[in-house]
Amino acid sequence: MAKNLEHQIDESEKLGMQIVKESEDDRLMTLSVGPQHPGSGHFRFTIKVDGDYVVYCDPDPGYVHRGEEKMCEYRNFIQNIPHLERPVIHDSANITYSYSLAVEELVGIQVPRRGQFIRAIASELDRQIYTLYWLAIYGIFLGHSTMFMWPTGDRELFIDLMDALSGARVTHAFNIPGGVRNDMPLGFKDKCLRHISYFEKRLKEYEDIFYTNPLFIQRTEGVGILTKEDAIRLGVTGSVLRASGVPYDIRKAEPYDVYNEIDFKVQYMKSGDSLARAYVPLLDMKESCHIMRQLLDKMPESGEVRAKLQPTPKGPPGEAYRRVESGRGALGYYIVSDGSPKPYRVKISVGSFRNMIALPHLLVGSKLADMPSVYWSLNYWPVEADR
Amino acid sequence: MSQDQNNKSGSSITPSQPPSTPTKAAAPPAKKGTEVPAFENGLVSQIISRFGEDKIKVTYIRPLRMKVNVDPTGIVEVATFIRDNLGFDHAESVTGTDYPKDNQIEVIYQLGSYSKDDIAAHILSLATRTNRDDALLPSLTNVYKSAEYHERETFEMLGVYFEGHPRNERFLLPEDWADLPPLRKEFRIRGR
Amino acid sequence: MIKDLINPTNFNLMVSKISDILVKALDQPLGYAINWGRIWSLWPVHLETACCSVEFGAASGPRYDVERFGIIEAFGSLRQCDLIVVQGTVNRKMAPRLRMVYDQMPEPKYVIAMGACAITGGLYVDSYNVLPGVDGIIPVDVYVPGCPPRPETLIQGTILLQEKIKRSKIK
Repeated sequence: MAKNLEHQIDESEKLGMQIVKESEDDRLMTLSVGPQHPGSGHFRFTIKVDGDYVVYCDPDPGYVHRGEEKMCEYRNFIQNIPHLERPVIHDSANITYSYSLAVEELVGIQVPRRGQFIRAIASELDRQIYTLYWLAIYGIFLGHSTMFMWPTGDRELFIDLMDALSGARVTHAFNIPGGVRNDMPLGFKDKCLRHISYFEKRLKEYEDIFYTNPLFIQRTEGVGILTKEDAIRLGVTGSVLRASGVPYDIRKAEPYDVYNEIDFKVQYMKSGDSLARAYVPLLDMKESCHIMRQLLDKMPESGEVRAKLQPTPKGPPGEAYRRVESGRGALGYYIVSDGSPKPYRVKISVGSFRNMIALPHLLVGSKLADMPSVYWSLNYWPVEADR
Repeated sequence: MSQDQNNKSGSSITPSQPPSTPTKAAAPPAKKGTEVPAFENGLVSQIISRFGEDKIKVTYIRPLRMKVNVDPTGIVEVATFIRDNLGFDHAESVTGTDYPKDNQIEVIYQLGSYSKDDIAAHILSLATRTNRDDALLPSLTNVYKSAEYHERETFEMLGVYFEGHPRNERFLLPEDWADLPPLRKEFRIRGR
Repeated sequence: MIKDLINPTNFNLMVSKISDILVKALDQPLGYAINWGRIWSLWPVHLETACCSVEFGAASGPRYDVERFGIIEAFGSLRQCDLIVVQGTVNRKMAPRLRMVYDQMPEPKYVIAMGACAITGGLYVDSYNVLPGVDGIIPVDVYVPGCPPRPETLIQGTILLQEKIKRSKIK
């Protein structure tokens, strides 16, 4: 806490709990938007305000740091799946998808075709579930409680589908290295198509009611503009990158599994402000419905869904880096193996951590009232960024 | 793309070299049945022709993934060359691995490209090694701004000091952390 | 005879007997009324500790509407809340803040430990940064198991808390 102060700290200046009084400066006020705050989630950032303008911002993550990477080294490849899902519990099919791809490359496993399709369907379902929750919390931040209720209600349909597919609502541990745990139940395809048709109509309603609301537009248009050069230089990813004019999506750039057989467009916008960053996930959801229809069409009627493995699979020494497009951006796994059934080192490169660097860049110079709309539009999930 | 076609044809993925010993040759020894992919080889040979074979050691060249090992003294120039001439414009992740057997820590930068289409799927891994007892490396924050928070996390998790980084400070761990850096191998989780 | 009752010594006895009757008549219904008021307006603090907050958010949604039990997330100050739901893993960094938040809440306050990680550390019990259960730092009233608990389980947990509050005596 005392890292930036030069003067000697007198005993009388200590206010307990290591809080030290800063130097007297009447213009600047330091605000700690802390973990107990309706506008920040499990994340803290310190900002200094001069009147109404933010002059300094410093993120302070780590409130949910649970040591995932260290824990991976003590469990074998399959035992790692349950705790690796917990950073994003509602998008867990994507975070375990990337891990499974990397392990399959290291160990040398071939996934059967029907398993690849089911994995892709689970990934798209979880992407919808995540993005709807993000939209719901955006509604809370902007004080729009209908924007909280409608997405939370509509995502229950997709959670029902995931429940029927895997047995659990969230953190289902459905993907494992080698495929998926079990096959789809009977009647799943019809139920899924019915829910997708209903949801596509709802997306039109969302666009009419939320995105053309003049208050929403006033709060987000022209706010927190991230130019294309800055987006590339700062290395942001996911919907933040696509809202600044870079049409980069890993499902198109480096297709994994069956995505090279699916025809879809990468949705992007050029303006780079908060409105664009709020619009791109909506367009992504529309595209995702389109992708799910094609996946359900092209899936083989029957087949194995999981490769047969020994209980503790191990491969030759080596390393692998695989990545997947999740709800927040590129999720990459760098796994080093030394020939034993437990990984030697697992590094998770998450989209939220990479987008965090845009937060000080965008907040400095903007007004304090714009802070919620800028912060949450960066698609930042604190639990995932801390791992 | 070619990697997925490998997947579909049913052949198993050929693994790479053991991670703890980077080779000194300009091209890695070919495993039986595979040859070095030409496009990736071309990218790596541009780096080698600029800096010389003794400074750049190639660990592996696979479809879409290349790994190059450089000494800490020359890493800033190599990174600047990669950014300006080859077109890899951001760092996707920066991390370190502890190798107590060699008494070294390897810090690896995964570099990707958003602006050039023909290398959009490629990842060039730039690795460097430093001594474990006195881990000191130059920071690449001025070359790749996207590596700033990742380097800060590597500092607190492994104890590697990055010279030139604006803040080598605590980031994710609690403020009163007084133990070893957690990702070092001698830090054992209790009970295991 | 009334003159006998209203003389100084007997007057004290009469007042104390009447107050006894009044207290017995009013205490139970009054206590019941106060408890009834507390049960149906438990306002939780907006402190999300870890991943179970997603299921808490889903419980506030239209399908598992938890607002009908009175649990409205009050976006005002922390000094007007009386329930704290510890949603998930408690970290070494978060623990002092959690304690500070708990201390600032006015009495009576209740704590629900939600999720396996808040009860005993759960899946992360051997991590270097995780507390093995939250009842080491704050006293817990109801434990809701699950990883994450389904919203129905959370509602069952709040009903258990309501039963517990109903049984408590008001002093």
